[in-house]
Amino acid sequence: MRIQFLYYEECPSHEAGLQRLREVMAAEGIDAPIEIIKVETEAQAEALRFVGSPTILIDGADIVPSSGEALYRLTCRTYRLEDGRFSPLPSAATIRAALQKAQGRT
Amino acid sequence: MIPLAIGAHAVPFSLIGVDDRTHSLADYAEKPVLVVIFSCNHCPYVRAWEDRMVALQAEYAARGVQFLVINANDPVKYPEDDFPSMKQRAAEKGFNFPYLYDETQEIARAYGATRTPEVFVFDAERVLRYHGAIDDNHENPQAVTRHYLREALDAVLSGTQPAAAQTPPVGCTIKWRS
Repeated sequence: MRIQFLYYEECPSHEAGLQRLREVMAAEGIDAPIEIIKVETEAQAEALRFVGSPTILIDGADIVPSSGEALYRLTCRTYRLEDGRFSPLPSAATIRAALQKAQGRT
Repeated sequence: MIPLAIGAHAVPFSLIGVDDRTHSLADYAEKPVLVVIFSCNHCPYVRAWEDRMVALQAEYAARGVQFLVINANDPVKYPEDDFPSMKQRAAEKGFNFPYLYDETQEIARAYGATRTPEVFVFDAERVLRYHGAIDDNHENPQAVTRHYLREALDAVLSGTQPAAAQTPPVGCTIKWRS
């Protein structure tokens, strides 16, 4: 399993996001390396199809695929939590579901 | 960028709001507490906190507290932050405070704001008494342990100093024009 964590340093959510990813992986018994990618320029954001920080890719697929026409840029990313609230981080449940799907467990 | 220092005076401004009226600092001269918040539409931190902004304005309005919320983001790169989108957001969320557009970004620069949301609380003399975050937990309102803005409002209304006069603003960076 290839896991990539893309972030923009000026968005303060990346450390908590990486910690959450690691915690969910540990809970799921997944011992895969995390490729951490720092996105620093608008051109890099465009090339990496980076819609905001943090973005987690599993086997190249975004754990929350963007709907509609995405804008690639250096900013924080908005996630919708299960209860409808907005957050700068994906929930643990969202990360877990994506990992399980990649493992063929769902 | 260096933000206004605690004890500094508010910088006057005159900005258009989503009600298509011009709002000046002087229009609120009779308010005992003025809260200026740099904000925007697209930032997830703003979205996480904006219901709390509305709730606080509602709760403190009777005590003369006035919020003025300002968006200074570059709408070219961030079209969700343009003026029509501001109007839409204000209507959707039932904003109970003026939502103002700092198109030139001069006011954000004058206040030394760098993040959204970023709060500046001024007393009746328009002296800065608190600068920073709304509270200490953007993600979960139920898990907040320090209500910085609320504590600052209570302190200023009672004529005392906020226990925390400054906290680090937590949020997205203001999107400056290139």
